Amino acid sequence: MLKTYDAPVYDYVCSQEQKNGQVKRHPVVVIGAGPVGLTAALDFAQQGIEVVVLDDNNTVSVGSRAVCYAKRALEIWDRLGCGERMVAKGVGWKLGKVFFKDKLAYQFDLLGEDGHKMPAMINLQQYYLEDYLVDQSKLDDQIEVRWKHKLIAIEQHDDYAMLTVQTPDGVFQMEADWVIGCDGANSDLRSMIGAEFTGHFFMDRFLIADIIMKADFPPERWFWFDPPFHRNQSALLHRQPDNVWRLDFQLGWDCDPEEEKREDNIIARVKAMLGEDVDFELEWASVYQFACRRIDQFRHGRVIFAGDSAHQVSPFGARGANTGIQDIDNLGWKVRLVLDGVASERLIDSYHEERSFAADDNLLNSTRSTDFITPKSKGSRFYRDAVLELAEMTDFAKPLVNSGRLSKPTPYVHSSLNSVDEDAFDGDMAPGTNCADSPIALAGLDGWLLNQLGKGFVLLVFGDKPMDKISMAGLEVRVLCVDQDLQDVQGLVRQRYDGKDGTTYLIRPDQHVAARWRNFDRTKIEAAVKRAIGGI
Amino acid sequence: MALKETLTLADPDGFYQELIESQRDMSEDEQQLMNAKLVLILANEVGDRAKISAAIALAARRPMGQSFMPLV
Ligand SMILES: Cc1cc2nc3c(=O)[nH]c(=O)nc-3n(C[C@H](O)[C@H](O)[C@H](O)COP(=O)(O)OP(=O)(O)OC[C@H]3O[C@@H](n4cnc5c(N)ncnc54)[C@H](O)[C@@H]3O)c2cc1C
Repeated sequence: MLKTYDAPVYDYVCSQEQKNGQVKRHPVVVIGAGPVGLTAALDFAQQGIEVVVLDDNNTVSVGSRAVCYAKRALEIWDRLGCGERMVAKGVGWKLGKVFFKDKLAYQFDLLGEDGHKMPAMINLQQYYLEDYLVDQSKLDDQIEVRWKHKLIAIEQHDDYAMLTVQTPDGVFQMEADWVIGCDGANSDLRSMIGAEFTGHFFMDRFLIADIIMKADFPPERWFWFDPPFHRNQSALLHRQPDNVWRLDFQLGWDCDPEEEKREDNIIARVKAMLGEDVDFELEWASVYQFACRRIDQFRHGRVIFAGDSAHQVSPFGARGANTGIQDIDNLGWKVRLVLDGVASERLIDSYHEERSFAADDNLLNSTRSTDFITPKSKGSRFYRDAVLELAEMTDFAKPLVNSGRLSKPTPYVHSSLNSVDEDAFDGDMAPGTNCADSPIALAGLDGWLLNQLGKGFVLLVFGDKPMDKISMAGLEVRVLCVDQDLQDVQGLVRQRYDGKDGTTYLIRPDQHVAARWRNFDRTKIEAAVKRAIGGI
Repeated sequence: MALKETLTLADPDGFYQELIESQRDMSEDEQQLMNAKLVLILANEVGDRAKISAAIALAARRPMGQSFMPLV
């Protein structure tokens, strides 16, 4: 029982199909109602697909787990209608400080640039996140979240999968065109399929504790290497809503996890950190060993894995949930086009291509951070300490300090869905990159560019508007003209997209650039759309 | 002799990883010996004696930063 939060208990309802004993075919069944499965439900519904989510439990994440959510995940949730609520509740922060022993070694500022709707990073307990996602899912009757439904077996066929599900009323079967595996790092589904999940465990343990404390430390990320209150290990302090603070203590491999979990031991550690007189209550604590692992293939027949079931990272870059949400961003529109018969299954395979590339990037960054935080040998420890000491004396060592490289989207630079640039462009919006937001005005009202993108393919055109839309092969590509359909009030759209007159961007439903040109050429556009839906 | 204040290496995390990986399977003594060799090799590459002296002095310096404990 948490003191600052009452976890909802969602009702178990026996489904009509279980009552009737009639096997029903669903277009999409999602396994797992964690952050990723719930986001999947919202995305599929936004694509106009009826979706059933099965979860073996009937509440939100017990204890907080994830804390930090980055701009891209927030933008995706904003597209799905609940980003603003998360930002309103969350604690925004920008500054990270890194201490070595008792000295400030380095500090970083996440503040990218102004002119984005979503902040660089917020902190929010994972249970709030899931709670809000469930609330949002209730607004759409295409979504049915079935609590106390545990997947216990799966049988794959050529064009569907048969699921065996256990509920308090017994066992029943259902069929799905596509099954989305969002059942977490210990995925049952992954074992049922027999997919490989390889990588490595770090020989270290961490005590993660959330405490309730009224303190006026600023909302900054404070990270210590080898502090006086916790010699030879690292520690972290971070603010969450409701006066809850996240503390991490590295424990080393030789500790006894059971001992460390004892409340008196945790309280002693917190007091060593914050002082004997500090007034706090323990909200939740757990001891973790972290791993960096990835599934071999994100797609196995009719089963597609997303989130922790597909990749697990150490939490130092806050990459777990953040990247899982981006998996879904990549997947929803692809499944829709394949279900509609507009695209072939090659488009689903591009999900593996793009998201395994991103997963590898995340794994690399998480592994590097973990190696810095948890040096594996004395020599590596010396390098680590050398970097930290030098960082206090000279700037060149600062970029080498690694207390976690915080989650950023991985552009799909080599994706087979991209059309290679033929023209020269300045700026960052190369094919495969997620679109930068910008302030705009629409019919005299302030708005944001990203809120205009994301429903189907869009052609973002600068200058004259050549036509309203292009209809082709079951697809409608909407033309959105800067100046005509929206006003570039601060000139930031032009600047960020290097938008000289005539410039045309083809933007995917997941707000990523597929292609761009210096003029509007229908033949080239049609070829690029085909390519972007896996048609080559 | 002023040393460069800003990092000149592209992909600093990749550089650091390569360094650590190269010693992963070494004993402590082997690591130390390798580090000594690495210093000598890099010193030879730098060549400039004044720079090397400044680097030796910086590396030998003890951190003097203001003690900054935000807590307690
Ligand atoms: C200490 C800690 C700190 C973290 N910090 C961050 C952070 O700051 N930022 C961040 O982005 N990430 C962070 N993470 C990672 C984040 O918590 C996970 O990446 C995220 O929860 C993954 O979501 P998911 O939906 O894939 O899986 P999960 O959250 O694990 O959800 C899986 C769901 O599937 C259900 N399920 C399992 N088996 C079955 C079955 N057979 N049938 C039906 N349902 C089933 C489970 O009940 C559960 O609801 C952190 C993790 C930890 C442990």
